[in-house]
Amino acid sequence: MSESKAALKEFQTEVRAWMKENVPAPPPFLLPLSFLEVGTEQQLDFLREWQHRVWSAGYLGMHWPKEYGGQGADPAYQGVVDRELGAANAPIMFNTIGLGWVGPLLLEMGTEDEKAKYLKAILSGEEIWCQGFSEPDHGSDLGAVQTRAVRDGDEYVINGSKIWTTMGNYADHMILLARTDPTAERKYDGLSFFLSPMKIPGVDAVPIRKVTGEYGFNQVFFTDARIPASTLMLEEGKGWQVAMKTLEYERGVQAGQGTSHWAVSIQIDDLIDDLRGFERDGEPLFQDPSVRDQAVTLIMEAKALALSQRRMRLSGLTSDFPMGLPLSSKYRGTEWARRMKLFGTAMQGASSSLYMGDGDAYRGGFWQRAYFSNFGMTIGGGTTQVQANIIAEHVLGLPK
Amino acid sequence: MSSLVGNVALNFSEEQSMLLDVARAFVRDKAPIDRVRAQLETEAGYDQAVWQEMVDLGWTGIALPESVGGSALGFSAVVPVIEALGHGLLGTPLMDTTLAGQLLLRAGGAAQESALAAIAEGEIATVAFLDGADWGADNTGVSLDDQGCLQGSKSFVGSAQVASRFVVVGNQGGEPLLAVVARDALSDDALVANTLIDLTKRSARIDFSGVKPEQVITGEAVVAALRDYRLLGALLAAVEATGAGARCLEVIVDYLKTRKQFGKLIGSYQALKHPTVDIYCAVEDSRSFCYHAASIIEEGGLSADAETACRMAKTSAGDMLVFAGDRAVQFHGGIGFTWDCDSTLFIRRAQWTQQVFGDAIHHRKRLASLLLD
Repeated sequence: MSESKAALKEFQTEVRAWMKENVPAPPPFLLPLSFLEVGTEQQLDFLREWQHRVWSAGYLGMHWPKEYGGQGADPAYQGVVDRELGAANAPIMFNTIGLGWVGPLLLEMGTEDEKAKYLKAILSGEEIWCQGFSEPDHGSDLGAVQTRAVRDGDEYVINGSKIWTTMGNYADHMILLARTDPTAERKYDGLSFFLSPMKIPGVDAVPIRKVTGEYGFNQVFFTDARIPASTLMLEEGKGWQVAMKTLEYERGVQAGQGTSHWAVSIQIDDLIDDLRGFERDGEPLFQDPSVRDQAVTLIMEAKALALSQRRMRLSGLTSDFPMGLPLSSKYRGTEWARRMKLFGTAMQGASSSLYMGDGDAYRGGFWQRAYFSNFGMTIGGGTTQVQANIIAEHVLGLPK
Repeated sequence: MSSLVGNVALNFSEEQSMLLDVARAFVRDKAPIDRVRAQLETEAGYDQAVWQEMVDLGWTGIALPESVGGSALGFSAVVPVIEALGHGLLGTPLMDTTLAGQLLLRAGGAAQESALAAIAEGEIATVAFLDGADWGADNTGVSLDDQGCLQGSKSFVGSAQVASRFVVVGNQGGEPLLAVVARDALSDDALVANTLIDLTKRSARIDFSGVKPEQVITGEAVVAALRDYRLLGALLAAVEATGAGARCLEVIVDYLKTRKQFGKLIGSYQALKHPTVDIYCAVEDSRSFCYHAASIIEEGGLSADAETACRMAKTSAGDMLVFAGDRAVQFHGGIGFTWDCDSTLFIRRAQWTQQVFGDAIHHRKRLASLLLD
């Protein structure tokens, strides 16, 4: 790390003070728990304004180059901001697909034109990005993408449908994986990657209601939608390569993401503190031996995850399977979070039967919603089961 | 930041790294699995020549001060060596001797110099701790009578068959004490060897009745030293299990990559793949907990953070090895059920490990008090 601890500490003090002054009071309506559940214009406007304020203060894109709206600083500074955003319980940085995936992707593989055209508006929140990878019949199996892109002069004509498109109804752009060559011998070689506009004729986003009762996902239909040929990244047939790079960012293997503050942070401390008021057999919940045992197990998992984050930096302790810890962090972290939130739901006695909207629901049904919502994490970006295959094959060397 | 997650210090020193490399190479060269197997049904359970080489490498004195001939690298430097021994399933008295040394060092200080010097030079010592099967009891049932003789017996005394010196945990008038007893002071029929589930380990029940100890240690330091002994014992058991778990994972992965059924390598079946990934993750967690604990244990009394770390290490590694060993047998199919398959060594080691210094339930119960109350 090139930055001194003292400089970072000073920066942290500055950011903390700024947060104290600027983090908005909770609005009268419910905010989403993560960027996956932005479902109303009201939520969108609130979050967009907040992201814009953070960026204007110089606290977003800390390590993106200045000419693209960043701060040109060391990545450690974004880490400081993210921690302070979490510590201040600040609203999320909602433009996650732009900040976390598209931005780093363009910085690594994009042309000068692409960087100049897109990066700044990602940071400011002016332009929202969505991702068009999954299709109705092809969720985790990306190589089988069927949406067609056919070259016609200076344009490509797009036909097909994408699903689970977070913010598809609000987005200005989509990273689109489409098939340009259906005859390619290897299915992967027929794919191309586009930076497709969304607000054009022939593109329709239909919101999908989730298990939580909220919106956020869409199915996006392309019907003879014409997009400029200049939106193709690299060249035809390289789509798989670009998509895989994008997934590395999505799964957090690569450092240098725009921000990690894309969901309301729920720590194990929140869970334990929050449940202390409940009783079981007429006694405080955490006097029950079985509940205590389960709570300790969850705390231990939280600690193991924190320790493994640290261990990644100690090469002497990771030599057996060098990529093992980073490649398993999504697998471990999202499943732990699911179990923790399930516990938060289940420990409420009869109250665990209530949901958002019921006036008596504990904290408005916070844990119930958080538990359901967490499936977005264990399914999105490659399901837990796909992650297990990846670890088995790429870390342990087991056959496909 | 989470205060329940708390201390996450993690260091891996040059010395630890060097010791890990040396110990791994040693185990690979001197104790391949067939040589471990050759010792399963011998009385001592290990090869005397291999043990002597370990002594010559200075491993019995790693955590002892220079004044008694140790190398004063600290207890954290024992961790990589025990991990490597665990990886080889090598049964030697190193763990028992190291812990006996720590108990004496922490309880007796300077008065124990001659005993500690002997341990550093390779004399085998062990702690006679358990009165019965309960790791959670205070285990001070052996008493010192008015004639200065011990009364009572101890169970599951590790490496008892080969130990020259015993540190017996007992009491006098209800106050805990440590009595140092030489092997020579015991009659032959005082010691009844156990038939252990893990054939690489040795222990015995010993009747100390009527034996006059060489030395008796009492006082506040004994209470503190016994607390540390239990925690350090749990940590070393966890470390050894982590090594064994890593090896067990290798054995499983190798089999899954070579065995074919229904025309396919069995490692391509998700029913086998996914639990193997979970074993891998559990091994990594155990390793994280062990090295975290090693990073924060002090040479003085153990802090509350260190206590938490040692208990989490044992919980994690104990459960991990039971899971790994159990699945190793199952995944090997019919051959896994046979004596000659190495998976049986792991499942047996796992059953021994899960109980020693308290099982996962024992530690989670105590962690609950540390974390929730």
